[in-house]
This record gives sequence, structure tokens and C-alpha cells, in this order.
Amino acid sequence: MTLPKLRQDATAARLDATALPDGAGWAMDARRDAVARIAAMGLPQRRDEYWRYTDPASLVSVEADAAAAMQDTETPVFDGFDRLRIVFVDGVFDAEASDNLLLSGIEIVRLAEAMQKDIHWVKELYGTLEARGQKPVERALATLNTAFATDGVVIRVTGKVAKPVNLVYLHRDAGSDAMLHTLVRLERDAELTLLENGAAAARFSSVLEAEIGDGARLHHVRVQGRDHERRAVTHCFASLGDESHFKSFTLTLNGKLTRNECVIELTGNDAVAHVAGAALGDGPDFLQDDTVFVTHDALACESRQVFKKVLRNGATGVFQGKILVKPGAQKTDGYQISQSLLLDDDSQFLAKPELEIYADDVVCSHGSTSGAIDETALFYLRSRGVPTQDATDLLVLAFLAEALDEIADAQIADDLRGRLEGWLARRRR
Amino acid sequence: MLEIKGLQVKLEAEDKEILKGVDLSIGAGEVHAIMGPNGSGKSTLSYVLAGREGYVVTDGTATLEGQDLLALEPEERAAAGLFLAFQYPVEIPGVGNMTFLRTAVNAQRKARGEEELSAAAFLKLVREQAKALKIDADMLKRPVNVGFSGGEKKRNEILQMAMLEPRMCILDETDSGLDVDAMKLVSDGVNALRSAGRSFLVITHYQRLLDHIAPDFVHIMADGRIIKTGGPELALEVEHNGYADILAEVA
Repeated sequence: MTLPKLRQDATAARLDATALPDGAGWAMDARRDAVARIAAMGLPQRRDEYWRYTDPASLVSVEADAAAAMQDTETPVFDGFDRLRIVFVDGVFDAEASDNLLLSGIEIVRLAEAMQKDIHWVKELYGTLEARGQKPVERALATLNTAFATDGVVIRVTGKVAKPVNLVYLHRDAGSDAMLHTLVRLERDAELTLLENGAAAARFSSVLEAEIGDGARLHHVRVQGRDHERRAVTHCFASLGDESHFKSFTLTLNGKLTRNECVIELTGNDAVAHVAGAALGDGPDFLQDDTVFVTHDALACESRQVFKKVLRNGATGVFQGKILVKPGAQKTDGYQISQSLLLDDDSQFLAKPELEIYADDVVCSHGSTSGAIDETALFYLRSRGVPTQDATDLLVLAFLAEALDEIADAQIADDLRGRLEGWLARRRR
Repeated sequence: MLEIKGLQVKLEAEDKEILKGVDLSIGAGEVHAIMGPNGSGKSTLSYVLAGREGYVVTDGTATLEGQDLLALEPEERAAAGLFLAFQYPVEIPGVGNMTFLRTAVNAQRKARGEEELSAAAFLKLVREQAKALKIDADMLKRPVNVGFSGGEKKRNEILQMAMLEPRMCILDETDSGLDVDAMKLVSDGVNALRSAGRSFLVITHYQRLLDHIAPDFVHIMADGRIIKTGGPELALEVEHNGYADILAEVA
């Protein structure tokens, strides 16, 4: 099947402009396979149904648009926590800035290195969940990442890790165009908290493939800051074994374009997956898009999607969320909520919630709302002496609470709440 | 304390006059009650004084210790010492009751140029006041008024009043939805706050609340005006004969 001319040209231009990074034979095979898959499906365009609300042009273009890197004036997120830092500057691993990668219960190898080696589980996992996540909806930008990712880490967890692993993405170069690919494999009953933060690059693409073994737990907390002009497309592919847990929370502040795709396969019985996000957008140049696809393919699994967005001054929020319950996935418990708080008439929230159910003994619910600040609550607060701005901020934080409650670690949740308060306070001036 | 002169108010949304010239003078330390039939404008008066949107003052004045209330924002009125106990306290999911109280107390202190209360001092104060109103730790932790019973909501209003220490308290049908025990508890809370420097305006349909909170003056409001003023005996008269006699008398 041939692609329409325009798409073919755009795809060919991007593929031609990018060189395949070096690697061992198996790695080159995986990359070439990804290139072939992209050539067949083509890179996304605005008129694709899956990109109806978010224009992918700036993510597809050969050259990345420049984005100014903000000066670091505030304490980085997660700085108060004991964690193992792995630092990337404009998408390049920085060994000096990073901590020693040796830690009990966990093996960490830089991706660029792992691609030269013959690590059995890396060979098996690299690009595998990504390729599986192409059905029923194509995600060619993830495949592009599999083909061309230059750095990242591969992490294998065999026990309970003493402290969180923190991927820190620093952005210094206004013209950087970075692609990182991270693999996480949790063996039976292993536990890991994975933190990610930073603006990363002018244009950033990241793919996380997480294979969560039976009884294992992966907690994922991500803060996407803070440079106003940066663009990012992220994909998180997770596969869950029996009685395993995956909890993922993302806070998005600032940025011109952020598309976060999360693809979850519940393949083991009694598995639990929660994916949540809070976004605060200010101004017409802000677009944040959460696109989530949860597949129930086992017995008695639980999934929750909780997404909250606060939008003002012409900001745009997008949510596309789906729960697919396959035949035989009985006793499924699926929940999905997406809500926006619009602080003015210029901002907009575009939502497409979907349920597709092929089993008859399931509980699934979904809801989506858009609303303004509750005037009655605002007056109540003001009548108690709380000034309008403070009262509004209180109600904004209250609105986001359900999403923040999805963060398993109370200390991290408190830290992020503080960040939100700071963000709101800065916008009062 | 509170001086209302010739206050005329209409609804913003429709050209409907609700208050048609209200005159009321409340001295320091006095307790006044306003009674009146449904739709007479009692609740409107309380909302207008607190600064709720949706009303237009077409004439008259309202001052609190000489300060023009109507020129102030709701939060400024609160900082000036005005407190309205709502007939229907508002539920605010996601905002903890404790956070709400501390934010309010400190916002008012800040507005008045006073130092904010430390976390420890606040906690001590709130525990004392909550105990007197039989408000348990769980109610303090829960989101503001969410899942509270009618009685709990009203007790929570009185707790806020006790914490904020206003000089002019308006109670808008605080007795509605209360059983006998809850009414006693709420009234005890109010009575504990009575002092020479604090005044009360109690809006109610029924005499029974006034058995607990004894007023100095009782006003009858009808059709947007105060039509009769007297002592506590006036409330008893209403209880026995209804409003019909009084309305006929002034007509």
C-alpha cells in the first residue's frame, strides 16, 4: 500500500535527514525494522483522526523549532529527595553530573552502551512494546524514536530499590532536538520509583517501555517543565503481569506543545494500572494533550485514568482516552475522568473519552467535564476574608486534588503541591 | 455598630426591587432579630451586607462602625469585622476544613496589619473552639462541609465565627435544618461569643431560636421593609398569631 504523496514526502524527508545511530547487529536490525514500519505507516498529519486536536507538524518537521532555555532560578523538582540522578543535557547523558549507577537490586546501563552489547532482555524488549502498541492506532512518532533514539537508559530491577531513580533532563541549547529511549524491566515482586523532570530540549521525544513482572510495582512521577517554547512528545508503553501495579502521574507546566501518550496492556490477572495527570496552561501558546489507551486483556484488572487541566488566557487542553475491554476480560474495573477548569472564555478543552467493551461482567465508567470557577464557593471563601486571588488559587488546587491523590508517595505529592502553589503565585503579578 | 439607612436593592438579573428602604441601627453588644414571612427580603439583606454579587443597591447606605460597607469587597467587609453565617453553607471539595480556617484567619489578620498566627497557636485555638462545638478531629480534616449533616454544617459556621472573632455577626436562618439538640449546641456557641463589643443580627422564621439566643430587639420585615420593631415579646406575638395581625395593623 502506498501512502498519499504529501505524507510520503514528509516521511521521506524526515527519514532521510536522520542518521541511524551505531549499534550491534541486533540493534541495527531493530532500528531498520522501525524505519521500515515508519515508511509503511507514514508520519502523522493534522487530518489524521488521532491528531484531530493537536497539530503534529512541529513534531514531524525535519528541523526542530528553536526554544529558549530558561535560566535555572528555582530549586529543581525532587531536589529534596534522596535519589539516584541520571542526567541528560539536551538529550546527551552527562556522566559527571549523574550519580554512580551502581545500586543494590537494580542494574542500570546507558542505552548507547547497551545497544552495542548483547544483553538478552534488552534485545527482547527494545521496540517490542512500542511495536505492539501500534494497534489499533498507529503511533509513528514512537516508532521514529525506536529507529533514531541516541540515548537513554535500560533499567532492570530485581528487588526493592532503596531510593528512586530520577531521570533529569536539562535543556541548555535553544536548537536541541533530542530523542531518548528508556527500558524498564521489573522482575517478579520488584519495586521501583521512577522520577522524570526537566524541559529536556527544544524538541524532545521520549519513549518508555516498561515490562512489569508478576507482583512487581512501578511508580512513575514526571514533571514536565518549564521552558515556554519547548515541544515534547512522549510515549509510555507498559505491560503488566499478574497482580502487578503501575502508577503514573505527570504534571505539565508551560511548554508550547506537549503530547503525552500512554499505552497500557493489562495482560496479567488482578493487575492495577493508574495513569493520572495535572496540567496548568497559561496563554494561547500552550497546548497540552493526554492521549491514553488502556487495554484490559486479563481477569479482574483495575484501571484508572484521572486527568485535570487548568487553562487560562487562551490555553488549550486535549484529552483522548480509551478503555478497551477484550473478550474474556471479565471482572474488569475501569474508570476514566477528564476535567478542565477554564478560567476564562478564551481557553478551551477538547476531549474524546471512549469505552469499547467486549466482555459482559465488567464495571466501567467515564466522565468528562469543562467548567468555570464555582462562584458560590468563591463568594463563600471571600466572605471569610480570603482575597479573590487566594480564593481562586485554593479552588484551582482543590480541582487538581483528585489527580494529585494518585501519587503514591505523600512527600512527593506535597512537593508537587508546593510547585503548583508557586506557579500560581508567580502568575499573580 | 451597624447602621442601615433607606437601603433599596434590586436584583441585577431582573428589574425586581427586593429591599424598598430598610432602616436598621444596631448598637455595640446588642442582639437584634429579624423575623418575617417568606420572600420579605431577610436573606437578601444579609447577602447585600456581605457583598454577594447579583444585587444592585439603588439607594441608601450601610456602614459598619462608620465605614461604608457597600464600597468594600466581600473579603474587605470580613476583615472589617462582618461575618455572615450562611443559611446554606457551601461545600468545597478538595479544600480541607483546617486549611480553609487557617487561610481565612490569617488573611484577615494580614488585612488588618496583624501578625499571622503560627501553626501551633492556630491548632491550639481551633481545638479549643471545636471541642466546645463538639466538632471532632475528623470533621476538621474533611473537605469544607462535604458530607456534613445539616447540623454539622451549622456548627462549622459557628466554629468559623468563633475563630474569626467578628464584631458584627449575621446569622441567616441558622436554625433551619437543626434538631433540638443541635439548636441548643449552636445557640450555646453563639451565646459564648456574646460580648459588649460584638453585635448580632439573627434572621429567623421561628421564635424557638430566640428562646436560646435572647434578643434585645425584634424587627418584623415584610415586602422589603422593616414594618415593626419591639422587644422579645414581639417574637412571641408572631409565634402565637402569625404575621397576619401585624401586617393588617401596619397596612
